[in-house]
Amino acid sequence: MNMPFYVAPEQMMKDRADYAQKGIARGRSLVAIECTDAIVLCAENPSRNLRKISEIYDRIAFAGVGRYNEYDQLRIAGIRHADTKGYTYSRDDVDSQALANQYAQMLGQIFTNEMKPLEVEILVVSAGFEPSGDRLFHIRYDGSVSDEEGFAVLGGDPDPIRERLSAADLSGLDIGATLKLAVSALAGPDRTLGAEEVEVAVLDRLDEGRCFRRLENDEITGLLG
Amino acid sequence: MTLPHFSTSDDPGPSFTGLLSKLDLDPSAALNEAIQSGHNLEITHGTTVVASKYKDGVVIAGDRRATSGNLISHRTMQKVFAADRWSGVAIAGAAGPAIEMVKMFQLQLEHYEKVEGHSLSLEGKANQLSMMVRNHLPAAMQGMVVVPLFAGFDRRRDRGRLFAYDVTGGRYEEEDYVASGSGSLHAKTVIKLGRAGDLDRDATVDLLIRSLFMAADDDSATGGPDSMRGIYPIVATIDGDGFKELEEDEIAGRFASIVSEYVDGDGTNPNITTGGGSV
Repeated sequence: MNMPFYVAPEQMMKDRADYAQKGIARGRSLVAIECTDAIVLCAENPSRNLRKISEIYDRIAFAGVGRYNEYDQLRIAGIRHADTKGYTYSRDDVDSQALANQYAQMLGQIFTNEMKPLEVEILVVSAGFEPSGDRLFHIRYDGSVSDEEGFAVLGGDPDPIRERLSAADLSGLDIGATLKLAVSALAGPDRTLGAEEVEVAVLDRLDEGRCFRRLENDEITGLLG
Repeated sequence: MTLPHFSTSDDPGPSFTGLLSKLDLDPSAALNEAIQSGHNLEITHGTTVVASKYKDGVVIAGDRRATSGNLISHRTMQKVFAADRWSGVAIAGAAGPAIEMVKMFQLQLEHYEKVEGHSLSLEGKANQLSMMVRNHLPAAMQGMVVVPLFAGFDRRRDRGRLFAYDVTGGRYEEEDYVASGSGSLHAKTVIKLGRAGDLDRDATVDLLIRSLFMAADDDSATGGPDSMRGIYPIVATIDGDGFKELEEDEIAGRFASIVSEYVDGDGTNPNITTGGGSV
């Protein structure tokens, strides 16, 4: 009879986590920063077609890093969740927290039960009517959720970017200034990123309707000055 | 409410109605089942809606009255809706299913746009609406007819386009103008006689408002301007800048000037006939 080798649960979890982290570390980073009139999402992404940032609902946006096909599936599931919920109840009842919980459940389930964990990290962002109402939920490959304050950084090597943003003064910035900050934090001191190398979207603080807006190249160039 | 997840072969793609039926939330299932029972209900109906092209795009308009038999059931019903940023839909027929259809249509377009990352072509939108009307056919056979109009700005061809429908979901692209609902005969005649050359926005809005005014004059199920309650038709333009609803003040002003053509200073109205008919 064939006996499978015993693997300690701790070791198994660690292996899975290492595997997922390796996959995520290969990709480039992404930041979301709250500002006075919007939330700015900015990803280092040379592709115009394989997008990392997307609209989920009126005030909710999604961003993912890691394996494209995996976070894209999560993105579509999120849109489906939000649209059916808004249809069944009302547009006002669609909230980012419920969605973040759902994502966490799904990622946690896959992390423990499936052959292979998802190699993704995702961000669910919702814009409040005031900056105090903003929410940034950062969800990792194992389903752990953190509620970020002010800004969030996703990607393989987030710590230097996080340090650069922590060092900056984020109060009272408009979209343009926030975008400049986001791009320089992503680029670091040794290089610069042009409009073609970043993907940018904002969640405007509108009173109602769809707040998500993608910024095109010329608009990004204009804002970066 | 959980995250919907499907296997690749079962995935509904960017279709919202497809998603709803996978989740057993399809509203037309309940409606069609109820129809099988065959009871006749008194159904609220909405009436005249019109649309016409002008040089920069399309104007779309509709009155506000809904009737149940001989009763006025709503005075402020909305029959003209933005379908998305670049198109609008106007409905005539059974109010309940019509409003549901519009809601579903709006969600369908939004859902597609979000899932796919770009919106449907104008033709694609018109076809989607056609399918929704066709799916509604069993209910239409029982008297719950819904006949929408669809108007939009085709950004690939850079011009406004108009689509009319019939009960079976037949879709007809119209070159100039279109009307639907019980007062459409009167409204169409007014538009036909008033159209001359390339109309601009203001002239087209005036023409449509006049057509609704005349439809209300001769069709009891179409509501005219109600200055006493401040209720006026909804009029919207769709051009290169997208869907834009006109301010109520503007519509009220345009109505006032049309009405003044028919009324003399002494309150008599020499320019309008009392018409025939028996009690």
